[in-house]
Amino acid sequence: MKKLYGLFILFALMLVISACSDDSSGSGDSKDDSGESKDTGEVEIFSWWTGAGEEDGLLALIDLFEKEHDDIKVENAAVSGGAGTNAKAVLATRMQGNDPPSTFQVHGGDELNKSWVAADKMEPLNDLYGENDWMDKFPQDLIDMVSVDDEIYSVPVDIHRGNVMFYNKKVFEDNDIDIPKTFDEFFAAADKLQDAGIVPIALGDKEAWTATQIFENVLLGVLGPDDYIKLFDGEIDFDDERVVEAAEKFGKMLDYIDEDHASRNWQDSAQLVANGDAAMINMGDWAKGYFSNDLDLETNVDFGYFTMPETEDDFTIITDTFGLPKGIDNPDEVKEFLTFLGSTEAQDTFNPLKGSIPARVDADESEYDEYGTDAMEDFKNTRLVPSLAHGSAASEGFLTKADQAVNIFVTQKDVDNFISALQNAAPEM
Amino acid sequence: MAMAKQQKKKISKDQWTAIAFLVPSIILILVFVYGFIGWTGWVSLSNYNTIVPDFSFAGLKNYIYLFNDFRFQADLRNTLFFTIFFIGLVIVTGLVLSILIEQKLKGESIFRNIFLFPMALSFVVTGVVWQWLLNPSTGFNKFLSVFGIEPKWYTDTNILAGFQWGSIEFGVPVAIIAVVIAAVWQMTGFSLAMYLAGLRGIPDEMREAARMDGASEFQIYRKIVLPMLMPITMSVVIIMAHISLKIFDLVYAMTGSGANFVTDVPGVYMFETTFKGNYYANGAAIAIIMLLAVAVFIVPYLWSSRKGDA
Repeated sequence: MKKLYGLFILFALMLVISACSDDSSGSGDSKDDSGESKDTGEVEIFSWWTGAGEEDGLLALIDLFEKEHDDIKVENAAVSGGAGTNAKAVLATRMQGNDPPSTFQVHGGDELNKSWVAADKMEPLNDLYGENDWMDKFPQDLIDMVSVDDEIYSVPVDIHRGNVMFYNKKVFEDNDIDIPKTFDEFFAAADKLQDAGIVPIALGDKEAWTATQIFENVLLGVLGPDDYIKLFDGEIDFDDERVVEAAEKFGKMLDYIDEDHASRNWQDSAQLVANGDAAMINMGDWAKGYFSNDLDLETNVDFGYFTMPETEDDFTIITDTFGLPKGIDNPDEVKEFLTFLGSTEAQDTFNPLKGSIPARVDADESEYDEYGTDAMEDFKNTRLVPSLAHGSAASEGFLTKADQAVNIFVTQKDVDNFISALQNAAPEM
Repeated sequence: MAMAKQQKKKISKDQWTAIAFLVPSIILILVFVYGFIGWTGWVSLSNYNTIVPDFSFAGLKNYIYLFNDFRFQADLRNTLFFTIFFIGLVIVTGLVLSILIEQKLKGESIFRNIFLFPMALSFVVTGVVWQWLLNPSTGFNKFLSVFGIEPKWYTDTNILAGFQWGSIEFGVPVAIIAVVIAAVWQMTGFSLAMYLAGLRGIPDEMREAARMDGASEFQIYRKIVLPMLMPITMSVVIIMAHISLKIFDLVYAMTGSGANFVTDVPGVYMFETTFKGNYYANGAAIAIIMLLAVAVFIVPYLWSSRKGDA
């Protein structure tokens, strides 16, 4: 009897344990079964490009490169999930274990500079820029974002803009609303929409960065680009009265969001705008790809776009870049691949599919749609500033704490608490 | 004792073979389980909170930081109430269902399999499905709204019976109940199976004897069946406790941290702070705290079962 009972417990434990281990391997969902990947003749590209448009773009890139280079095979080691968090976890493990991928996706700015460059894991690419005459092909602001002390560490492949507000054209027309340019106009428009029974701003903050993104754009609007950059360089304190003002404006915007925001991700909230349940959404311009490719909406017919209030002359930049880690076996072949990634040919293949714009200023405009050409024009003529929410403006340590502070603020709306949380985290920028 | 000493001197050939077979796995476990636990403990006492490794000794700094941190305090609160509700409901529903199934009904095995089936799923699957079912704007609320009730499920930021404690509001987070429902749905089959096995182990003669003595059915369950199921209940509590204290996948797939961290748990915090924020030492400290929390349940259990064997 006792024996039987013991056996049963054992069986039950086995069930539980096997269930647990199933989950951990299932959620990682890593496609790399490498190990042998570092042999000469093979280049491994590591990214979190597994979504619809971006995966197409990546595969097209790999095809094109392999066609031009018979002797080099490209292995796609993409890791899906968590807006890159899962991939970053895998990457961190591999980098710490001295098993770096040949090249990996990393946002330009502090996500690169304050982590892998600071850890001395990256090779400078100045000679690659020299050989290819890239110094005047990429905007100087952008090159600065991927440089530390005049050493350039990665090649930007695509550009997204973060300070865009997408809106439902029909809702705006029905309620007779003009595109707001200032905060006052914006709040007036939001009031009008709310009175009409429409949610003015859609937010899906199941992952906190969507709310952080609104905050950074309000900060940019209130501070202006120079002081925005100074803030993240530590030259302006977070208890500066203009930062407090920005927090208050951010809090006011949160009065206009949808009720169930915590249950939605950004795609869900974009759908609210597409259906006309909500009027606008602040989202990086990957939302444009979602609207036109996934939801079949027409640009400037079904949905329109404008810049966040008082940021018309600024371009919050999110850029995916690729660098050269130290300690790989075939740096020459990887450099060849990086040269390819930096070429107009590659960038004009990848970006139209992903719905982003090229990082080069001399790309072929005819490849891009109406939104793309608009964005390319602004990219050349506006001030480029790094995004906080996407890891470019400050270290990931600071960003993690800022996301937490924002998550608490969205519910509590306690400005003093919020400012002091940011102030406490500031030494880690 | 004297016997044991004598035996120690003579180890037979069979025993040597057994030891030889055990040694490799013991070494592997020492290195890859206990060695790494020790390493995690060491990291949790270091300053390794950047991507550049820094193993200088920090004392209890990371632990002090965590216990002062809003998010971690919220995690402890959420885990406490999640564990209480989860274990309580799994035991009650498992016991009730097993007693019902025990009543020799027709098609018993069909019911048993239906209730056991959710256990075959991964918590990730359960999380995704219940995320839709309990989504306030889709799911159950479409049906419930007919009756005018629209609970906000896991997006509810209210804390029941809340009072300010540390930097958080302490009380029952309403949102965690949604997660409890999903977890109970998945794990009830387990306690059901355990209790069924337990019920089968109670000899019919005992019940018969009680009946002969004039005990009512209710009395039989109260005075005989339930006490005899105590060891089973203990095992269910231990196994469920170690699941609920370490829960990660269900919450990560279903709700994430939640607004104001109402559904956050230490596992999710550990993952995000370590791999997103590069706070390795803080993450290690969370891991050690989780280990200690589970140990509080497991160690007394192992201790008592060891005594039982002797």
